Amino acid sequence: MPETFTTSSGAAANASLPPTRAVKLRINGVEKQLQLAPWTTLLDALREYLDLTGTKKGCDHGQCGACTVLVDGKRINSCLTLAVMKEGADITTIEGLGTEDNLSPLQQAFVDHDAFQCGYCTPGQICSAQGLLNEGKAKTAAEIRELMSGNLCRCGAYSNILSAVQEVLDNQKA
Amino acid sequence: MSQTNYIGKALNRVDGPAKVAGTAKYAAEFNVPGLAYGYIVNSPIAKGKITRIDAAEVLALPGVHRVFSHENVPMLAILDRSYKDDVAPGGSPFRPLHDAEIKFSLQPVALVVADTIELARYAASILKIEYEAAPHETDIETKRTKGFEPGRGKTGFTPPPPPRGNPDRELKNAVHSIDQEYVHGTQHHNPMEMFGTTVEYLGEGKLNVYDKTQGALNSQQYIRKVFGLSKEEARVISKYTGGGFGSGLRPQHQLFMAVLAALELKQSVRVTMTRQQMFSFGHRPHTLQTVKLGTNADGTLAAVQHHALHETSQFEDYTENVVNWSGMLYQCANVKLGYQLAKLDVYTPQDMRAPGAATGSFALEVAMDEMAYAAGLDPLDFRIRNYADRDQNLDKPFSSKKLRECYHEGAAKFGWEKRNPAPRSMRQGNMLVGYGMAGGVWDASQQKAGAKVSLSADGMLTVQSATNDIGTGTYTIMTQVAAEYLGLPVEAVDFQLGDTEFPAAPVQGGSWTAASIGTAVKNACEALGEKLLKQAQKMKGSPLEDAKFEDVEFVNGQLRLRLDPGQAVVIRDIVQASGETKMEADATAAPNLLKQQGYSLHAHNAVFVEVQVDEDLGTIHVTRVVNAVAAGRIINPNTARSQVLGSVVWGISMALMEETVMDHQFGRYMNHNYAEYHIPVNADIHDIDVLFVEEEDDIVNPLGVKGIGEVGLLGVAAAITNAVYHATGRRVRELPIMLDKLL
Amino acid sequence: MNSFTYTRAEAVEAAVREKSASDQVKFIAGGTNLLDLMKENIERPTRLIDINHLPLTQIEASPEGGLRLGALATNADTAWHPEVEKRYPLLSQAILAGASPQLRNMATNGGNLFQRTRCYYFYDLATPCNKREPGSGCSAIGGYNRILGILGTSESCIATHPSDMCVALAALAATVRVTGQNGERVVKFEDFHRLPGDTPQFDNTLQPDEIVTAIDLPAEDFSRNFSYLKLRDRTSYAFALVSVAAALQLDGNTIREGRLALGGVAHKPWRDQEAENMLRGQPATEDTFRRVAAKVVENARGYSHNTFKIELAKRAIVRALKQATEGQPVTEAFQNSNP
Ligand SMILES: Cc1cc2nc3c(=O)[nH]c(=O)nc-3n(C[C@H](O)[C@H](O)[C@H](O)COP(=O)(O)OP(=O)(O)OC[C@H]3O[C@@H](n4cnc5c(N)ncnc54)[C@H](O)[C@@H]3O)c2cc1C
Ligand code: SF4
Ligand code: FES
Ligand code: FES
Repeated sequence: MPETFTTSSGAAANASLPPTRAVKLRINGVEKQLQLAPWTTLLDALREYLDLTGTKKGCDHGQCGACTVLVDGKRINSCLTLAVMKEGADITTIEGLGTEDNLSPLQQAFVDHDAFQCGYCTPGQICSAQGLLNEGKAKTAAEIRELMSGNLCRCGAYSNILSAVQEVLDNQKA
Repeated sequence: MSQTNYIGKALNRVDGPAKVAGTAKYAAEFNVPGLAYGYIVNSPIAKGKITRIDAAEVLALPGVHRVFSHENVPMLAILDRSYKDDVAPGGSPFRPLHDAEIKFSLQPVALVVADTIELARYAASILKIEYEAAPHETDIETKRTKGFEPGRGKTGFTPPPPPRGNPDRELKNAVHSIDQEYVHGTQHHNPMEMFGTTVEYLGEGKLNVYDKTQGALNSQQYIRKVFGLSKEEARVISKYTGGGFGSGLRPQHQLFMAVLAALELKQSVRVTMTRQQMFSFGHRPHTLQTVKLGTNADGTLAAVQHHALHETSQFEDYTENVVNWSGMLYQCANVKLGYQLAKLDVYTPQDMRAPGAATGSFALEVAMDEMAYAAGLDPLDFRIRNYADRDQNLDKPFSSKKLRECYHEGAAKFGWEKRNPAPRSMRQGNMLVGYGMAGGVWDASQQKAGAKVSLSADGMLTVQSATNDIGTGTYTIMTQVAAEYLGLPVEAVDFQLGDTEFPAAPVQGGSWTAASIGTAVKNACEALGEKLLKQAQKMKGSPLEDAKFEDVEFVNGQLRLRLDPGQAVVIRDIVQASGETKMEADATAAPNLLKQQGYSLHAHNAVFVEVQVDEDLGTIHVTRVVNAVAAGRIINPNTARSQVLGSVVWGISMALMEETVMDHQFGRYMNHNYAEYHIPVNADIHDIDVLFVEEEDDIVNPLGVKGIGEVGLLGVAAAITNAVYHATGRRVRELPIMLDKLL
Repeated sequence: MNSFTYTRAEAVEAAVREKSASDQVKFIAGGTNLLDLMKENIERPTRLIDINHLPLTQIEASPEGGLRLGALATNADTAWHPEVEKRYPLLSQAILAGASPQLRNMATNGGNLFQRTRCYYFYDLATPCNKREPGSGCSAIGGYNRILGILGTSESCIATHPSDMCVALAALAATVRVTGQNGERVVKFEDFHRLPGDTPQFDNTLQPDEIVTAIDLPAEDFSRNFSYLKLRDRTSYAFALVSVAAALQLDGNTIREGRLALGGVAHKPWRDQEAENMLRGQPATEDTFRRVAAKVVENARGYSHNTFKIELAKRAIVRALKQATEGQPVTEAFQNSNP
């Protein structure tokens, strides 16, 4: 252990901060015009610039799934992509799946199965489950468990999440 | 309360639609106008001091407002007392940005405030800080012989009772005995929502503080004392909390930082922690425990000895009840319990789900399993043989105790009788199969709390209390309690919480919320009920004219005579008749000490677990769990079951995965992120069965509830450990049982 | 995260030209590793070239009769691609054993090759690390090294390459197609990643001006007897402690050709061709597998917390080869779960 110790990332201070530019994002079917620097992640763009706070931040490093959104129908972690990279893509967030008065089948199933407690991982779980349904790969309970494993739930609602997703999957098949 | 309309019903969560639609707003989601962002900088060293801070480059960046550190923090409260929150342990609380001294690695040392979240993060990364390191000690192994007994410490801590009987002699004379050490490392709460505070600056020093907390009032008191604010100046709001598990019982650094910055900059500010920074505060302490047990020839316990030593910080003496349970869970005349702390250069530990009991029950219940084997007894029979009908620590009877039923109903549901007692005797395909069981006991407590009810002329009832809902179901069960006592449909009840303008309530912890707030809501409803009756009696031709309060009931939106339900008044009409827009009542509730003093008040559980272990590779799957819980009345089986399901997941996590690893060379936690601090994922969780054993208890509180948030965790880690032994013949005494421990 | 500029590349040549301007210029593909490290201030590019719009997303037959995986095809699209599932199920399995569904939807095949070590110290600027800051020292060797390497380690670094996909690619003897300012070259998979030696700052042999355009899978058929066995601290969404890609071609019970690579144990995906030679012509029995396993870890070295990996690797090799022989790549209902 050195006697003295200096921190700071060692990066050179850069007086010329990144220039912002107009960024167009299509979110839940609506074109949004933003003025952003490239270092804004899609997650921060949603939460801090567009007030779409339904998408959650649980780690900011791809380690929890709370930030899951759908891009062109596929689930991704919005914390590990830049907003500028998603120009031209179709982004769906939890707000785009349903509303309190008009819940999507998955949202309703989560309520009916008590598939959450604190609710903080929930929008990510639901978007992830929507992605799972879109993929059409999971058929059995074991497969749902595995393919829902990119979403941590510290409250431990996993069994109820499984039954909620399973119900919607079964209804789809029927 | 025999027949109920709402209490005991599996109502869906009333806050469910908001949570699944993404409209429930958490602390860091109030996007007030003119918001600046703060980013915290942490210490790389565990001990020493800051020798220089060079903020010039940072301040030169356009859009950076200020760099706060001990060098420029204004004069704040002087006394330790001002920094003590409601649940602070004994000692001097850590004061963020107070002086140059470094007391633990990851200590917050500066706050950079800027226009955007990205700029603040970048600016924080180039802030130059120089430190002088001093030798640190973070390893409890070096303190084995240097433990000390803490003083009374924080509220809720009960020092172990003095020894009873002759534990040393009886242990020596025992027919069979065991003496083992049990260890688990540090664990961090890691709720999904990272700590964050949004301070809305309303002008003239007035703030709305949106805080992630388990107690809005606790946060308010803290900032009032530290920053000298009045109640009106510091309103704290916390409507949704993304998990707590104890981490939100104490105000965390970001609250201090956000309020400081807002007051100094006269601007709205948000400070959120990163996941890495979630390892910069309280945790379940690294604990070393020794349990010695002895049995008599008839399989009864001859002696119980349990000693625990855990870490605390240099500045506070964190305490939890680790060993006391071992004096009450089983009948034994000879008991010796010991509890010590050791000071290390770490942050103060903090209550984490079933604090103390999760730790203690792990050691005791693994030891009981070892003892059963040593004595040649079935682990379940052994426990029943030593069943305690009386709390011997307090020398009082239990107000109610249905642990025996938990054992029987749990075992039946699980199929315990199919267990071949010999280790390594059961297989399924390539996998070794093991059955294990354990159990636990947890306090049923009630704290003083208040609630206010207000019924409007359109029949809508608003209920308020400054409590929280960290996922526990408070919104829902309080709605049920109010609907029950005023006979209104749940749709007509709006329960509001998490606001310091509401009647006072304790922090949400200790599994006491249902009992405490529930009783307050009940009292407030009854107070309003009496007003309603009086008002109804004033109505022309009232059928209730001569009725006493005991003679009436509130059912289906009506106030009516119990014995002649046809004689009724519509509740809404009563409010309308009053000529006011609403009728209100408030009430507080406190435990009825007179009624309770002769009793020991506790909830219990018994857990049965099946594991499958790959003999060659050491991988462990918890394939079945039955958790039988006796916790008084269950207000909502839905939300209660979820609490127990979550507890089982926590137990699996504690047994198999969780550990914050300290590199003692640096005095620093190294796996401080969600990728390397493992908690279970969906694929780790298989069948979990939750049983609620019926238990009536009118002594604990008028609702008869004991709390359900923590008891379900007890014994889970021990049952898994015991099942792993049964499967493999390997006795692991140090958690987590990662696969290398079975190779 | 530091300040940087952003451009989108539309053509490979232009991307390569732009990249060669400075070593502060970085490509960004899925972003799942780069942005993670940028937020930790471990990577600090001043310029990002978004290569997602390059025409490199195809998965198609290669001229040699194998399969060509575009560098920008996602891990998910690759794993679920019918041709990959049919002809290279080992690769499919390995990819699906890694990360999470969301990350696999983002991660690209090219990016996966470049993911950096998960060594705790590499990730924490408060501790010395030769890979992050050459010459500063290795904290892991005397520190907490449970997840670190046992094979091919050096005095400077004991980091591991964390990829699952690459372990299968190594076993399948893939080749990497690379384009630089001087044109195209093809790199054998075992030459793509490197051992740390005394320059652990370099993970691989790619030159600063080069881009990976595709990964080629040879035509050889290992689609019947294979197994990807991943051992980790939880059932899913965790990096490997040890993983094994095993593939066999059998004549009855005799091994005609065997492939064996390990993950989570070394600075590169650890293919052991000597061990593979030992398999050739031998009966596919536990006895053979044990001998081969012992050979693989012959020169392994433990650093206290990770010493268990030596024994674990041996047992995992035996199990994976057994599963491959039985044509039962998994022990459980679902292929991606642990045994
Ligand atoms: C929480 C978490 C868990 C994970 N778990 C696993 C796991 O279990 N198993 C596993 O295998 N992986 C795992 N991963 C890693 C993941 O697979 C990688 O991050 C991913 O494959 C990287 O691909 P990318 O396209 O996102 O790369 P990027 O992040 O975009 O790029 C990574 C690097 O590669 C360079 N690069 C990218 N493409 C090219 C190219 N075509 N030519 C030249 N250079 C290029 C970039 O400049 C950058 O330096 C995990 C990741 C996370 C965050
Ligand atoms: S093992 Fe390599 S990456 Fe880890 S600290 Fe040592 S040098 Fe750094
Ligand atoms: S916030 Fe994106 S994965 Fe955790
Ligand atoms: S519901 Fe709280 S983390 Fe999942």
